[in-house]
Amino acid sequence: MTDFLQLFFSGMATGSIYALAALGFTLLWQASGTINFAQGEFVMLPAFIMIAFVSAGLPLLAAFLAACLVAVFLLGWVFKRGVVDPLFKYGMMPIVVATIGLSIAMRNGMRAGYSAEAYPFPSLFPYELFKVAGVTVTLSDVGTFAVALVLVLATQAFLARTVTGRAMQAVAQNSESASVLGINVPRMIFYTFAINAVLAVSAALLVAPTYLAKFDMGESLGTKAFFAAIIGGFNNSRGALLGGLIVGVSENLAAAYISPSYKDAVALVIFMVVILFKPQGLLGRKEERKV
Amino acid sequence: MKKSALGLGLLALLVLLVAPQFLKNYGIYLLTYWLVFIIATMGLNLTVGYAGQKSLGHAAFFGIGAYTVAILLKAGVSFWLGLPAAALICFVVGIILGFPALRVQTIYLAFATLGFNTAVWLVMRNEEWLTGGTFGINNIARPSVFGASLDGNLAYYYFTLVMALLLAALLWGLLRGPWGKAFTALRDNPIRAESLGVDTRAYTLLSFAIGAAYAGVAGGLFASLVQYIEPGPFAVGSSIMMYLMVVVGGPGYFFGPVLGAAVGVLLPEWLRFAQAWYLFVFGVVVVLMMIWLPDGLLSIPDRIRARKQSRLASETRAKAAQAAGAKA
Repeated sequence: MTDFLQLFFSGMATGSIYALAALGFTLLWQASGTINFAQGEFVMLPAFIMIAFVSAGLPLLAAFLAACLVAVFLLGWVFKRGVVDPLFKYGMMPIVVATIGLSIAMRNGMRAGYSAEAYPFPSLFPYELFKVAGVTVTLSDVGTFAVALVLVLATQAFLARTVTGRAMQAVAQNSESASVLGINVPRMIFYTFAINAVLAVSAALLVAPTYLAKFDMGESLGTKAFFAAIIGGFNNSRGALLGGLIVGVSENLAAAYISPSYKDAVALVIFMVVILFKPQGLLGRKEERKV
Repeated sequence: MKKSALGLGLLALLVLLVAPQFLKNYGIYLLTYWLVFIIATMGLNLTVGYAGQKSLGHAAFFGIGAYTVAILLKAGVSFWLGLPAAALICFVVGIILGFPALRVQTIYLAFATLGFNTAVWLVMRNEEWLTGGTFGINNIARPSVFGASLDGNLAYYYFTLVMALLLAALLWGLLRGPWGKAFTALRDNPIRAESLGVDTRAYTLLSFAIGAAYAGVAGGLFASLVQYIEPGPFAVGSSIMMYLMVVVGGPGYFFGPVLGAAVGVLLPEWLRFAQAWYLFVFGVVVVLMMIWLPDGLLSIPDRIRARKQSRLASETRAKAAQAAGAKA
């Protein structure tokens, strides 16, 4: 039983990181119909940016904030202006293909232009063990989970409680009526891209200490985030959290109890079951098809 | 226009027949490699380009084909039974993979197929008793035909060329017929196709199955070409690459895969010393192409023609307007 709980908690920590990436993913989808295949690389790049700032002498938190600024510019503004805006009118698939291209370019650009090595990343939390009711948990697991949870909830509170957040939701639901109501649609969409960038930097901050910073770290992270987003419900931000946790926990449990070599298939199996029986995801709403 | 296209095709064929005579062993090997990927992406072009099913799991079929042939050869079964077996198994698995496509479309389908690819790759990597795991299978033999051995690179090249031409002719016939029309109807507007009496269910499954069978044959040829297979070339990344080859060449253009495979496998092999930079440039080019040339390289002639036509039309309009003005 204690084994089970231990696996469960560390799964929650990993899952909450998936949830961060998945949340940004669903936000982009809702606001602009963008499926970002480069989401994993959007986590990889900030990890290296933070390493650069830290080795330039900044403390980790300052490096994080600086990386957020850079990411909001590069992964928010430049990405929106350069890739999404010109393709928006063609529908979903050209953006998908373009972001696939972007992910290949980012991954290999990092490998060729910087390094193919894995880099250690400073941890936000000191190494410490807790014993809670016989279960040993690391401070970094608890901290990771807590920080991710706070970020997800804060994002949701921002969307639900503030005027800007509500305007963003209005744009996501119906951009035409939103613009009739006097909402600055392009700006709201940019805010979504900015939030996605910040979430990606946060995911990098939490994931890199355990999994190291490497040019191809985004590959599996991105896929897990997609699966998490779809499992939870693509058009629902709470779904991302639920999906992320489900994927993280079940992966950890399956690795221990079924087979570690098939760990990566777990997210896939859940995903398959979900899309076959409830394609809109566990918490999602159904979308109608148009002729 | 038709005539010039035919001439171009014959010229290309001539080059394909003669060029290897002047190439060294590695060059011939590369050309064969390219042909194998043309066959595979031809199948994917049917699934993605003609039928509009977003499949990101094509490398899985490629791998299933390769492992089928390799395992059967190791078990002493002839290549000539192994290759049809590879096609058949892929056809059946393709039908099975088609079922999710009946429920979900576009991006969901892309992820379902991508997930399928991961699953197949995991089996290849983990089931050592069958696939040799990460060690793979080595010393895969090359077949012989009517007693003539295809061991040499040149002989195997011509064999692959013949296979590619046969499969291309088959696909051409298929696409010219009613099936081809049904596939494009399915792509352009599935609901309208259904209301016109196209059995969208059957054609969705078929587009997957036939595409998969092509990948299976390509995989079998690949196994005998490289003579050593391991799970690496059949991972999700390869599927994505194949998808991009189709997109770059021109989805729904018959000769798109020829160009796409050249950009996807021929050039990077040549530029091996700069592989990461090549992929970087390739990724950037894909982004730029989506913005400026979303229908692929082969849409360039169409575009030029369309531009010429619209210029002609506006000139005629201007003349007509002038004439009308002069009368008034």
